[in-house]
Order: sequence, then C-alpha cells, then structure tokens
Amino acid sequence: MTCEELLKALNEYVDGALDLSEAECQRFAEHLAGCNPCQIVVDNIRGTIELFRNGKPFPLPAEFKTRLNQTLRQRWAEKFGRSA
Amino acid sequence: MEQSTLTDEQLIRQASVRGFEAFQDLVERFQDRVFAVGRRITGNLQDAEDVTQQTFLSLIEHLDGFRGESSAATWILRIATNHALKILRKRRGLPLAGQMAADADDSYSSLPHPEFIAHWQETPEALVERAEVGEQIESALELLDEKYRLVFLLRDVQELSVRETAEALGLTEANVKVRLLRARLMLREHLTRVFGDESTRVFPSHDHG
Repeated sequence: MTCEELLKALNEYVDGALDLSEAECQRFAEHLAGCNPCQIVVDNIRGTIELFRNGKPFPLPAEFKTRLNQTLRQRWAEKFGRSA
Repeated sequence: MEQSTLTDEQLIRQASVRGFEAFQDLVERFQDRVFAVGRRITGNLQDAEDVTQQTFLSLIEHLDGFRGESSAATWILRIATNHALKILRKRRGLPLAGQMAADADDSYSSLPHPEFIAHWQETPEALVERAEVGEQIESALELLDEKYRLVFLLRDVQELSVRETAEALGLTEANVKVRLLRARLMLREHLTRVFGDESTRVFPSHDHG
C-alpha cells in the first residue's frame, strides 16, 4: 500500500468500516507501522473529529435566551392551557 | 428528584407530566447544542436563533413523539438539523439537492494532500477544555465550502450514518464518502497548522510503496 492508497481508504480505516476487508486492514496496518507521516495524519484526523464532537458549544446570546423562554412559555400555555 | 440527576430521556417524559418547568430544564440542557447545530449548518447567528426557537417549538408539539429508539440528544439534534437544512433550502429558493449535486471535486483524484504533518501540542481532551478552542474550530469550519461542511457536520458531528447523511442532503452515498474525506483532510490541515507542534513536524515520504 502506498501513502496515496492509504489516503483514499482513510475514512474506512478511521471509521472501522466493514467495507474494508481483513486483508486491506492488514495492508493498512503494515503501511502505518512503517510510515510515520501517515500515522500522524490518521491521529490528527481522529483528533479533529473528537474536537468537533466534544467541543463546548458556543453559548446562546443572553438576550435571545430571554426571548426564547418567553416564546416557549406562551406556546406551552396555548397548547396546554396553563403556564408554569 | 433533582433535575440535574435525571437522564435526558427522563427529562422528556417529566416534561409531558410536570409541565413547563420541567420542559424549561430540558431547554436549558440542550439550548447551547441546538444553537450550535443551527449556527454551524446555516453559518449565520440570526438563522441559528430561528433554528433554536423552531426546534423547541417542535418539541412542545411532539413531546409524546419520543419513542426512545435513539437517545434524546440524537432525537433533538436531528430535529434541529432538519430545521437548519430547511432554512438553507428556503434561502436558495431551490431544493438543496439541486445545489448539492456532484461535481468535479467529487472524485478521489487530486485529493487535498496533507502538507503540515505534526503531532498536536495537546491532546483533543485537553484542547476542548480551553476557552479559545471553540472559536478556533468554528473558524476552521467556516473555511469549508458548504458542500463539505454539511457532510462533515451530519456524518462526523451528528453521527448520522453515510446513508442517512446522503438522504438528508439528496446525495449519493459515494458522494457523501468522498466529500467527507475531503472535509476531514481540509479540517485536519487547518487545525494542525493551529494546534500542531512545529518541532514534531515531518514531511510526506514518497520513497516507499
């Protein structure tokens, strides 16, 4: 496997997808064992996904938060006939 | 029972029984994440507010619709995703699918090759704790074309399957896969330039098979 081939199959490897055969996984692992740049790229990509998945979300603007609460309270009262 | 100790799923069920106060706890728990979905998909704060409001209004209408087939978080964030995609479609006045159709970049030839290759200075777990990192990753995301951004968000952040992502965006699964690969490579490049440790930088080797 070349670096180029590894790049194309990167998703399947990172996702542990089933459409990668055992033989392909083996070739992938062998390439990685001997190729430091590819190892780092795989590691960086995992880190990238993790950052977006677990990053702290940007908080709601305070003014909108108040407005949102009022809108929802009103709709709740209309639907269920009573507020909090 | 303390609201903070309830699971997300219990909180949804509580809301339909205990009323608005319990619903408010649910809103409190999810509003930042819902807002983030809206902001990331639409790329616009005003639209993100609309997405947030519409999502929680939908929840009021469909509180009984939660069947527990997925986690409450998945359910709520999917509702938010659908509202955000609807706003994008409306903005265009065209079906998203038409705009999202495959083009020359949807192949595996001329993939963006990794250039800045280095270990990050800190682990992802440590980075997410830093206040400034939130804005840094949002800026990286904003650099992506919408067609890559949407695929990355649905597949990698919302954790939809390839098929679900394809259905939501009107793409083939093959398109989703190649766009996801390009999105990941572009984000990796950008974030490694921001978080990479220069002293560990290595260069792509072309001397082995």
